[in-house]
Amino acid sequence: MTPPAVPGLALGRARWFRRLRLPTQPLARHMILALCGAAVLYVVTSSLSPYNDFEVGEIALYVIALSGLSLLTGVNGQISLGHGAFMAVGAYATALLMTHTHLNFLLELLASIGAAAILGLVIGIPATRLKGPYLAGMTLLLALALPPIADKWSTTFGGDQGLTTTVPAAPGTTNPEEWLAWIQIMGALIVVVLLANLLRSRFGRTFRAVRDDEIAASLAGIHVARTKVIAFVISAGCAGLAGAFLGLSTGVVNTGEFPLTLSIQLLAAMVLGGTGTLMGMWWGAVLLVYLPQWSTSLSGDFNLGSGASAYLATIIFGVVLIVAMIAAPTGIQGGLRWAWGRISVFGSRLGVSTPSVSEGPGATLHGPDQVRNSG
Amino acid sequence: MGLFVNITLDGLANGMIFAALALALVLIFRATRIVNFAQGAMGMITTFIASSLLGRGVAYWWAFLAVLAIGFVLGALVERVLIRPLQGKSELNPVIVTIGLLVVLEGVAGTIYGNSSRGFPAAYSQSGLTVGHTKIAFSHFDVFILVSVLVLMIATLVLFRATSLGLRMRASAFSGEISRLLGVRVGLLLTLGWALAGVAGSLAGLLVAPTSSFSPYFMDLVLVYAFTAAVIGGLESPVGALIGGLITGLSISYVGGYLGSGLQPLGALVLLMVALMARPEGIFARPPARRV
Repeated sequence: MTPPAVPGLALGRARWFRRLRLPTQPLARHMILALCGAAVLYVVTSSLSPYNDFEVGEIALYVIALSGLSLLTGVNGQISLGHGAFMAVGAYATALLMTHTHLNFLLELLASIGAAAILGLVIGIPATRLKGPYLAGMTLLLALALPPIADKWSTTFGGDQGLTTTVPAAPGTTNPEEWLAWIQIMGALIVVVLLANLLRSRFGRTFRAVRDDEIAASLAGIHVARTKVIAFVISAGCAGLAGAFLGLSTGVVNTGEFPLTLSIQLLAAMVLGGTGTLMGMWWGAVLLVYLPQWSTSLSGDFNLGSGASAYLATIIFGVVLIVAMIAAPTGIQGGLRWAWGRISVFGSRLGVSTPSVSEGPGATLHGPDQVRNSG
Repeated sequence: MGLFVNITLDGLANGMIFAALALALVLIFRATRIVNFAQGAMGMITTFIASSLLGRGVAYWWAFLAVLAIGFVLGALVERVLIRPLQGKSELNPVIVTIGLLVVLEGVAGTIYGNSSRGFPAAYSQSGLTVGHTKIAFSHFDVFILVSVLVLMIATLVLFRATSLGLRMRASAFSGEISRLLGVRVGLLLTLGWALAGVAGSLAGLLVAPTSSFSPYFMDLVLVYAFTAAVIGGLESPVGALIGGLITGLSISYVGGYLGSGLQPLGALVLLMVALMARPEGIFARPPARRV
């Protein structure tokens, strides 16, 4: 460590930096982050056009699905190639309730979570005995098997037309897109705060322990099968809520909204965002919403046919997925953390930031943990 | 009764096709412990190439052979370029990379050939044979399917059981390090395993295409059925792939014939879940030994 050139200035900066640090207690920390996020998103959504509000809402709903998938694959080590199927179950559950009953809106959303969680239980129980590629194949089959069921019983599920959904009336003069975006953002923030707390709790630790070494985890007294099923159920429930929100965004729920491509794009977005992180899922969701648009304009620039633009998005997703897996498996959030780590190291050389021994035991106690869990 | 016989015959022909693709999955799993989820898409892209060749007036059998060769090269290329860098990493990485390859290949096929499904010719007549005075749902083409997949299976078995090359392939799959010490070129043989799987996948594509709507996605379901077949057979044994293929083909056919074709994937899912619950290691696999 080189001594700072001007000691007084460095000390002043250190205090200033120290005061800006978030609380280390997880709940308080996550709530503060969520409230800041909510404030930013409120300002953003009220200044955007209705169409952009719609997109922000879509980002929020994908954050919900991706966070669940990140928990399952990144934290618990179980892969799912069929999360689109859980989204479909959630969407159909809400749409069926909206068509046939007049339940409270929140109850309808909870029902979508419940329905998807039950399917998660059905798939999660056999999944406890399966290793990577077997589980991948089974969930892939799930993604292909569920949509045709809705076509088979088309009187119940509305066939090609699908079922319509209704968003509860917006209060006051709020325009409906902004209102829906708000419902979705609130949902996303609640889910992310809950998951962030879960990951810092005993559950989070057992999830990671099972991922890293099942045998060691079971020797340490962890019920491996139960832990894996719980992770699957939570993840499926998140996907169910995301599906219900997707149904609200599009106004109809039909099988065309849940092709195999959706499941694969979710996987790709999760990998690109940063497997196992929650913060990275926001980057993944942004890609999921905007990449198809960018590729459409790109194919316009290259004068590709109109049919090609849909495929171009798929190709870009696939190529980026392969390249990311080979070259940068930690995704965008991993890259950001690496960059932040470099900045911190650079800063500590100047005597500016990062908790060190001189700042007292409280800072060091949580120091390394924060670096790992700050996403 | 007639319906039952026809459904059974249909299931038999489909089962043989699933067995061919399952064999491809088995060849790769034996060699590299990876399930290649892009195997179906690789068969799809080679079949589209065959379609282009036929469109340019190339004779069917030349196109057939050319496409098998292209499948061979494609399989080797994929192993060298995409799979080799993943050696020694988490087992989820190759799953994700092969899924990425799957969507890239489908996207490329969609961009070049469009989404509209086109026809693909069969090698032989597809109208049913006549036995006695009744016409059955088994055509000359189905006989060709049966024969070509059996030839492929027997060739694979002969390769593995009766040649020194096959012995070396088995050895390098069994224990790469020891084989390398004994002078076996393990890397080359792993590539060969992928290349042979590419041939089997191409054959499956050529056999499926005439009877399905020939679009970039036509191998998706075939792949998951083949996966089901391979898992039933234990993912390690070519004979298991054949029997798993027939079990899957017949089950799918009965579900389709009696309950409706929309429930076929669900039937396969149930079959796969039952198979995994009852015998996770498959029917023909060696007794399980868990790696700690």
